[in-house]
Amino acid sequence: MPKAKITFQDIHQAVHVPVGTRVIEVSEKVGSGIIYGCRECDCGTCVMHVEEGWNNLSEPSVLEEKVLRENMAGRHDRLACQAQIIGDVTVKPA
Amino acid sequence: MSGPVNIFETGGAVEFAPCVHWIGAMDPSLRTFDIILKTANGTSYNSYLIRGSEGVAIVDTVKENFADEFFRRLESVASYDEIRVIVLNHLEPDHSGALPQLMERAPQARLYISQRATAMLKGLLKPQGEAFEYTTVGTDDRVSLGDRTLRFLHTPFLHWPDTQCTYLEEEQVLFSGDVFGCHFCDSRLFNDKVGDFRFSFDYYYAHIMRPFKQHVLDALELIEPLPLRIIAPTHGPILRDRPERYVRHYRELSTSSLSGEIGNNEKSLMIFYMSSYGNTARMAEAIYAGADEVDGVRVSLFDLEGGEVDPFVDLIEGADGLVFGSPTINGDAVKPVWDLLSSLVVVNLRGKLGAAFGSYGWSGEAPGMIEDRMRGLKMRVPLSGIRLKLIPSDEELVECRDYGRAIASTLVGKTIRKQVLDLADLAG
Repeated sequence: MPKAKITFQDIHQAVHVPVGTRVIEVSEKVGSGIIYGCRECDCGTCVMHVEEGWNNLSEPSVLEEKVLRENMAGRHDRLACQAQIIGDVTVKPA
Repeated sequence: MSGPVNIFETGGAVEFAPCVHWIGAMDPSLRTFDIILKTANGTSYNSYLIRGSEGVAIVDTVKENFADEFFRRLESVASYDEIRVIVLNHLEPDHSGALPQLMERAPQARLYISQRATAMLKGLLKPQGEAFEYTTVGTDDRVSLGDRTLRFLHTPFLHWPDTQCTYLEEEQVLFSGDVFGCHFCDSRLFNDKVGDFRFSFDYYYAHIMRPFKQHVLDALELIEPLPLRIIAPTHGPILRDRPERYVRHYRELSTSSLSGEIGNNEKSLMIFYMSSYGNTARMAEAIYAGADEVDGVRVSLFDLEGGEVDPFVDLIEGADGLVFGSPTINGDAVKPVWDLLSSLVVVNLRGKLGAAFGSYGWSGEAPGMIEDRMRGLKMRVPLSGIRLKLIPSDEELVECRDYGRAIASTLVGKTIRKQVLDLADLAG
């Protein structure tokens, strides 16, 4: 199974994960400061900033784009409950 | 200033600035607002009408079952075909309840809301919300009524994501939404005429705005430079007598009262515990000792049996890290711990570090349950809690001391660069 590495910059912790794993499935297990609300692409609580590897996350869905827009997210922000890891990426809480 | 006004007698709109009328409703019999607030004399739903040379604007409406009163007052000073602008500073139902009817009666009017309000509009006003057209506005956007100009201020999370303020430039009136508001019902309407509402003002801030202190401070950066003659909130008295006092008071309320107690470079860590037979207490003391070894951390230790909730809430608001210790009784953490955790809804815990520990007899669920609650409160929980069976041994107390040292080190960022983990090895 192909693997990728996600680094949580706020706690300096990197994790190898199967490609396709969502950030939400990893971040709480290692104690990153990314926080969650609805956990299903509605509230915008889990906005995270992508420091490196922007292209190594799955494309955002139309719904995620809408939630990011409504919450005035920045250009390199994604929802941690939605973004899937497909390559090496570094993230931190927004 | 004009003489006293008795709303209940007149039933009409009240002009309080040139071409600016109050057209809201009074709710004197309300005794609980939004489940959590007591309202000793009721509340008001303040709505405002501004007349310019090129049309009329309505700022906020009222709760749905007070719509008749609102429309009666509106009709006493304007006709529906004159309304060009409707502003919703806040979409909560006590302010948007009459909006659907208003938009039906004034179909030519344009609705102005904040960007974040768009998602809420459809949810709150379904099915009509799908059909409403609107314009989103941000700070310094303006809409003209000819000789009157409304300028918008983006002031989110006061106390919903959608909130904004609207400033009438020519009359220096700030329509502030729930900011500077309170649940106080008095037919005399103005702060220089009504009864003593100081308790209501502070009570409202403590329950509604306090969790959003940083957002209050951000909003004050926009509000403080404004020349202000009148603040017109959506609840409670209109503040026409020295409104700047209330702006100053909001800044005082939003500034940490504990900021002078610890050093600028220090982090505060608070350990709270309950203990039945002294075992969780011994763990707490060991964790406390370990944390105290780390430079840059000021550690405090509290036995919940000896304290009350409210003062602890104040301490927690200013803390950087919180550790809770509880025995497990009948598969649960003990009630004083839950009492304190359930009282933290009035403060902002976002991003604070959390941890839990406890001694147990046969199951030990309490630390895990506390950790889940902490994550639900938007805290980060980087280290799994410590659970020990019954009486901690000397070796286990060393483990607790190490745990305290680890929590404190994490708090000040003294973490050693860890080896790369594998998701498969992490607990589910």
